[in-house]
Amino acid sequence: MASVKEIIAYRVAQELKDGYVVNLGIGLPTLVANYVPEGIDISLQSENGIIGMAGVSAPDHIDPNVVNSGGVNVDIYEGAAFFDSATSFGIIRGGHVDMTVLGALQVDQVGNIASHIIPGKMAPGMGGAMDLVVGAKKVVVAMQHTNKGAHKLFEEISLPATALRAVDMIVTELGVLEITEKGFTLRELAPGVTIEDIQAATGAPIVIDGEIKEMVMPPEA
Amino acid sequence: MKDKIITAEQAAEMIKDGSSVMVGGFMANGTAESIMDALVARGAKDLTCYCNDGGFGPQFDENGNETVAPRGIGKLIKNHSLKKLVATHIGLNKQVAEQMNNGSMEVELVPQGSMAEMIRAGGAGLGAIVTPTGVGTDIANGEFTLQEITIDGKEYLMMAPLHAEFAVLRGNIVDKKGNVFFKGTTKNFQTVMATAADTVIVEAEKVVEVGELDPDYVMTPYIFVDYIVVGGDK
Repeated sequence: MASVKEIIAYRVAQELKDGYVVNLGIGLPTLVANYVPEGIDISLQSENGIIGMAGVSAPDHIDPNVVNSGGVNVDIYEGAAFFDSATSFGIIRGGHVDMTVLGALQVDQVGNIASHIIPGKMAPGMGGAMDLVVGAKKVVVAMQHTNKGAHKLFEEISLPATALRAVDMIVTELGVLEITEKGFTLRELAPGVTIEDIQAATGAPIVIDGEIKEMVMPPEA
Repeated sequence: MKDKIITAEQAAEMIKDGSSVMVGGFMANGTAESIMDALVARGAKDLTCYCNDGGFGPQFDENGNETVAPRGIGKLIKNHSLKKLVATHIGLNKQVAEQMNNGSMEVELVPQGSMAEMIRAGGAGLGAIVTPTGVGTDIANGEFTLQEITIDGKEYLMMAPLHAEFAVLRGNIVDKKGNVFFKGTTKNFQTVMATAADTVIVEAEKVVEVGELDPDYVMTPYIFVDYIVVGGDK
């Protein structure tokens, strides 16, 4: 049985298209790299200066000069390239990243996102997140639908914004929502999840507009 | 040719208390560790540092004994050498939040792409940068935001260029003239920082004779580099 995180990562991976340049946030989004569909070739961008990043390095196979944005030593694919931070964010801000996947604290129905600060509690800094959500062509939020039952999707975010009108799609263990002019528009439901279930877990109206498909699940191992 | 080679201790003496310092590296990857150590050893204080992050802080066991030493700018933070840190991300070093919350260190957070470009502007003679990043966020009221501006119907923030008295960098291969090659992901903020400080000190993993570093591999030309510290593989 796949975990909730694996279910979300697997579904996000279905959004990948051949040739995509993709930036994955730390945590759950990193798992998306494990489920790249067969026949699809993507390039992972790491904002500290890599295109063509591979996985975390084995302990006996470390290049101390190569890390990911969390400071962890990583491998690179043949044909990868390194560059400085100005170039890296030129790539990000300049619309050369096809898709970014990140978590969020709150998202609202116009696509405003809060992901970097809870005043008085947690202020790790935005790092590259503000640039990524503004610059990437497609912004996918990958997260659990609620925080232990507490809503994360709202009519209006209450935490400080990371960016306005930036989110395109939200993938959770309950389903797939697209931000459209009408709001949180339901595209897919996970097996066994009803419209009432996903509505109850969402702090804003769920919009039904067009076909609702069943969300694909990772194949049983 | 001017002899640019100095010791880490001489570099630390040069960087007087109260100086503004750009510290290269991204999560300590590419930070001049020997110069960090020398600054700690001389008890540097009241520095204003510009760095992507707070490096790695020390780790402690349940008895409060340090089990893992800090890395990168985390060494200066542990030593209470900073009065202010301008950074993009501080979440991986708890001591930054501790010092920020107890008021001993001021922290100003800037989006990573904006910070890179603001430093580039500071070294390239530009009066500001204009970026869509941060529109509608607290950054619009940040210390370095000059104004909000609309161009062709799109909103932007105009952000100030950044400049410092010192840049402390680390290169993998540096020739005696000061040309620098940065390997892998150690380029990060270092190439722009090299252009945006009055005095640039580069710690070298390896120093080579002039002519040994192919001009095509030079990432920071020698004219930006004032001093070289032989750091080894630290």
